Amino acid sequence: MEIILLFLPLLASIISGFFSKHIGDRNSEIVTSLFVSISAILSLILFYQVIVNSYESNVVIATWINSGTLNVNWSIKVDALSSVMLVVVTLISSLVHIYSIGYMSHDPHKPRFMAYLSLFTFAMLTLVTSDNFLQLFFGWEGVGLCSYFLIGFWFKKESANAAAIKAFVVNRIGDFGFALGIFLIFYLFGTVNYSEVFQQIPQIIDKELLFLGMHVQAIDLICILLFIGAMGKSAQIFLHTWLPDAMEGPTPVSALIHAATMVTAGVFLVVRCSPIFEYSPLTLNIITVVGMSTAFFAASVALVQTDIKKIIAYSTCSQLGYMFFATGVGAYNVAMFHLFTHAFFKALLFLGSGSVIHSFKDEQDINQMGAVYKKLPYTWILMIIGTLALTGFPFLSGFYSKDAIIEFAYLRGNTVGYYAAGVGILTALLTSIYSWRLIFKTFHGSYNNNKIKIEEIHESPIIMLLPLIVLAIGSIFVGFLFKDLFIGYGGENNFWSESIKFLNPLSTDHPPLWIILITPVLVLLSIPIAYYLFVKNKELPNKFVQFNKPLHKFLVNKWYFDELYNILFIQSSKKIGLFFWKVVDIKIIDKFGPDGLSLLIKNLSLKASKFQSGFIYQYAFMILIGFSALLTFLILQ
Amino acid sequence: MIDIGLGHYLTLGAIIFTIGIVGIFLNRKNIIVILMSIELILLAVNINLVAFSIFLNDITGQIFTLFILTVAAAEAAIGLAIIVVYYRNSSTISVEEINSLKG
Repeated sequence: MEIILLFLPLLASIISGFFSKHIGDRNSEIVTSLFVSISAILSLILFYQVIVNSYESNVVIATWINSGTLNVNWSIKVDALSSVMLVVVTLISSLVHIYSIGYMSHDPHKPRFMAYLSLFTFAMLTLVTSDNFLQLFFGWEGVGLCSYFLIGFWFKKESANAAAIKAFVVNRIGDFGFALGIFLIFYLFGTVNYSEVFQQIPQIIDKELLFLGMHVQAIDLICILLFIGAMGKSAQIFLHTWLPDAMEGPTPVSALIHAATMVTAGVFLVVRCSPIFEYSPLTLNIITVVGMSTAFFAASVALVQTDIKKIIAYSTCSQLGYMFFATGVGAYNVAMFHLFTHAFFKALLFLGSGSVIHSFKDEQDINQMGAVYKKLPYTWILMIIGTLALTGFPFLSGFYSKDAIIEFAYLRGNTVGYYAAGVGILTALLTSIYSWRLIFKTFHGSYNNNKIKIEEIHESPIIMLLPLIVLAIGSIFVGFLFKDLFIGYGGENNFWSESIKFLNPLSTDHPPLWIILITPVLVLLSIPIAYYLFVKNKELPNKFVQFNKPLHKFLVNKWYFDELYNILFIQSSKKIGLFFWKVVDIKIIDKFGPDGLSLLIKNLSLKASKFQSGFIYQYAFMILIGFSALLTFLILQ
Repeated sequence: MIDIGLGHYLTLGAIIFTIGIVGIFLNRKNIIVILMSIELILLAVNINLVAFSIFLNDITGQIFTLFILTVAAAEAAIGLAIIVVYYRNSSTISVEEINSLKG
């Protein structure tokens, strides 16, 4: 069953990618959607078995590398953690496949798109089901590659190509750290298989290494390097710049890759390696700080963006920050819970915004929208459900997971934990404001689009709404249904069994009442505030902007990260590149190498050819000189 | 009165030979001059041969001289004939303009 689950998406991708000419556009859409949906059903069955029977298995497909002590298998490891990821990946993926049939209906390259989506699903599945770091890395790079393909899907758009390259290059930085981490693991343990590595971890706790001239704890170094990889993939602050640009891709791609699955691979990595991270308090604190910085940073930027997809992208970035600081405070299961719920409501929001964009004929600026809630009633309601879930409205899924993160951060009981909880609450408020700003600006107020008449706006087809409805149901109920399973307030929590390791059991204290209440209250209060600010009294935000121009500019320019990187890295590496090109390559290597040699030979032969004057008397003279010289030489001898 | 010995004959031969050589490559005007220079070179050789023949009391040298004179006469005839034909073809016998061997 596991093998079918894993290889159906690959098969679908091959069929759609290579044989679409024979089977036609419509059939390749059906094949990919069907196969991935079968995978989704299988993974739901698997998930059920894991819940009920604590099912675990490790299916070895083939031996990949067997060289010296390096033994690496292709395998499908199913445990609680990977079964959760399987459900998220295949379920969202199948819904996105179905949605894409509607969304991409006007695109001439449908089979290619579907093939990429399925290939992505396959790569993501190999990532989450691997039982060693190398297969994980294979999947890791595979999803990166598919992300590149899909961001640059509209390859005629220059900005899409640039965004695709940016995503790939920024990910390379993270992957470099990740690869170093894997090397270090192999160096220290002589193996890259999870089970063997995790067993040996306690033996190297006190080991020190010389790294870049500094003595560091081996375990800290491993964790930091792995976390750098996770930062790149999960768009954490400093390596986040690719995620907003990645919105150049088609919206279903944003929903699948840049909201629900690929970007959560970093969180998955940290949770999967919890037996390592648990021994490195330093790294856990770093993760917490990075996570909450990202959460706050992204939420603050999302407040002022005007592109509907970029707002949601920053929101994703912010929610990933939440997941990371949950892992940082040791609440891995809560991070997974938030990952699980987030996948539903964020995919819902993205696909909903895709539906809006589709209705507005590819308009993405929320200032060009408004007052269409009567025209797009289903999308409107579904987007509101997504927003409520995202902001943590009581009893929707985000409420359970996000509040749990803040509570566990508070219960951690150290400075970083309190700080994280505070930032978490503040960010929750910001999240609520920017989400409602999105809703009000898009659906309420006055109609602001000059290009399209409001009468022409029409609801998306049923094939696009159906996945939205499924996701909305998920957004409403998964939090309530799975909170006991994932977090287990009752203390009885053996769902995760061996897949997540807690060095110290999570605190089971109840947090003080105010910390439970503060987030929902703030979230509830922010709805009327946002309504007042963005619908009733539009002058107020404008006045606020007038008074705080520098702050507004700072936020609109995304904290100047792109500009900073442009100066620091791009310009300088461009200069270095130019130096090596213009000076080292052209003026030194070429000049003394091939170019110089050919010039020398050319000049010499030009000189030599002057001897051939065509005058016989000169030839005769040469003969004579030569003869005399030879004769003189012979006589003198 | 000085004795005229072998050295004087050889010197004369060398001088004529050199004049012949220089005549070949200093000449810019006329291809007939080259032909004449070749004759001079042959004559210089002949002087050497005769001088050595007397000096060594060996008749072979003088016989060789006669052969060479015959060959030189034939060669001059052929050379002049070639020049006449060449002149007909390209209407010049100026050395400067005969450079069709140039690549």
